[in-house]
Amino acid sequence: MSPEDPVISLEDIRKTYVMGDVEVQAVRGVTLRISRGDFVALMGARGSGQSSMMNILGCLDRPTEGRYFLGGEDVSGLDRNELAEIRNEKIGFVFQGFNLLPRTSAIENVELPMLYGRSDLTASEQRDRAARALDMVGLGDRIHHEPKQLSGGQQQRVAIARALANDPALLLADEPTGNLDTQTSVEIMGLFQELNSRGITVVMVTHEPDIARFARRNVVMRDGCIIRDEVVARRLDAAQELGQLREARQMAEVVP
Amino acid sequence: MKPLATVRIAGRALRRNKLRSLLTMLGIVIGVAAVITTVSIGAGARAQVQAQIDSLGRNVILIFSGSVSRGGARGGMGSAATLTVEDAVAIGREVPGVAAVSPDQRVPVQVIFGNQNWYTMAMGEGGNYLQIRQWPLSRGDMFGDQHVRASAKVAVIGQTVTEQLFGEGDPVGQTIRVGNVPFLVIGELAAKGNSVRGEDQDDIVLIPYTSLMRRIQGTTNLRGIIAQAEDTGQLSATQEQITSLMRQRHRISGTKEDDFTVRTQEEIAQTAGETSRIMTVLLGAIASVSLVVGGIGIMNIMLVSVTERTREIGIRMAVGAKGHAILLQFLVEAITLSIIGGVLGIALGVASSKLVAIRMGWPTLTSFSSAVIAFLFSAAVGVFFGFYPARKASLMDPIEALRYE
Repeated sequence: MSPEDPVISLEDIRKTYVMGDVEVQAVRGVTLRISRGDFVALMGARGSGQSSMMNILGCLDRPTEGRYFLGGEDVSGLDRNELAEIRNEKIGFVFQGFNLLPRTSAIENVELPMLYGRSDLTASEQRDRAARALDMVGLGDRIHHEPKQLSGGQQQRVAIARALANDPALLLADEPTGNLDTQTSVEIMGLFQELNSRGITVVMVTHEPDIARFARRNVVMRDGCIIRDEVVARRLDAAQELGQLREARQMAEVVP
Repeated sequence: MKPLATVRIAGRALRRNKLRSLLTMLGIVIGVAAVITTVSIGAGARAQVQAQIDSLGRNVILIFSGSVSRGGARGGMGSAATLTVEDAVAIGREVPGVAAVSPDQRVPVQVIFGNQNWYTMAMGEGGNYLQIRQWPLSRGDMFGDQHVRASAKVAVIGQTVTEQLFGEGDPVGQTIRVGNVPFLVIGELAAKGNSVRGEDQDDIVLIPYTSLMRRIQGTTNLRGIIAQAEDTGQLSATQEQITSLMRQRHRISGTKEDDFTVRTQEEIAQTAGETSRIMTVLLGAIASVSLVVGGIGIMNIMLVSVTERTREIGIRMAVGAKGHAILLQFLVEAITLSIIGGVLGIALGVASSKLVAIRMGWPTLTSFSSAVIAFLFSAAVGVFFGFYPARKASLMDPIEALRYE
């Protein structure tokens, strides 16, 4: 598979929810291709359908109509268990609320996807791999910390390490910076950009235009349809932004 | 997904909630301990009853002279004194399954030695009585047939009588007065303890039945006869043969009531065993209720736990846990809790049975099988009461579960 082959290919995806007598059309015919190595920010106001899109992309839900190819495989008709396997092997999730298991060390949180996998890794191999993933997100020295001993940014890093544990084709982030301050948000974006530069495809839902500018491509939805799909013209570089933030803080300290 | 992984997942989940795990286990611990303790007490009581029945002798058949009614008022067993020594002899001679037979006569008497006296039961028996009762001597000898034929004034006394008359001294060779007749003590019986009815079996003076009937009582009729069947399998057949022989000898025909009663050791054992068996079942039933309550406790806490851990379930599903993996995890958690609880309960139950035995003096008997049954039962409780919450967890929708606050 060449890098130009799409990781994600959506063909006329529709999602309709039936609530009593009312039918709600959350997604109304979305066709979208995301290539390997892309970094897409999925934007839109609340209720514009991007949450439903996220659930479908993440194989947590099935489209009512249309076809969804993930890594060349049609996953739109799979059952509950088959979808669970796809989630386990091909998708890494990062959530707004981190969603780590409480009272569980960082390394055990990262091991979680491997416990449910089909691979034949031994317990110590799983542990090594989890430690490497934590090292990659810069938490190599905090592998035995529990979530409540970690800051929000660190918890999100643990969640990212967990998402990477099974070496997925796609990293799916649902408002990953929603609960974080500006500095930490930029740091997390820096991590995404770094992972993306190593070839991991990233799709991220966000409401914040500033955050979306760290992506390569912005897809904007409204009322269940894509209304804009464009390459980010002046893409922000997280390392550069962090430098500027630091300078600004130093200035603030010097000039009260 | 490997089974070992499920155990690891469940183990981690249980360790995360140590207090809750302990509290959940407590119900099972108490339930199993209660079952083990009550069953031990019941089994101990049964063993004691069995020992008492065995103390009767081996393959013993008892023949009592029957009750007669005079003017509508019926006397008790033995009131009619219908049996004779000749009956006893006839049973020994004519019933093929009988190994030994002895007349059995009793009368309460005062015994005197020196300045000590004691009121006890004089028992007139044959020379083979101790063989029938499987009763060893602690000192001296038993009287023999020659003593019986001669109505000899010899006695073998029980431990209680020794204590009362001689204290720590050796009674053999001493002369005691039974009623007003001097008897030479030639032997002492080994201690036998209480009978099924709670009587002190050591509080007796054993003398030849001829001596008792002629020298003390002045009677020719017997209160009872004790016989020993050759073999346990033949016990009831022998009982029937004795009955028909006695009816024939006493000229009882057709549908007329017997003037005697024949009972075997088995029948006595059944009556006595029944009481303790009912007690064991009753106690066990009460204890089982606590085990079931413990199981419901597990279900209750697992249900709360499933609701409380909705988000956790959502996270697990998002990273690829299938429904059956979640089901298995919660089931393994429930079973682990109930098994650990079961093991602790067995330990506590064994300890408390020992405590009951020591502090209250009750005989207890903890059997390996009761521990195994309690253990298996507690595991079954885990499966049974863990399944519903586990299934509920496994059927959750991952999107809903992730959104749960």
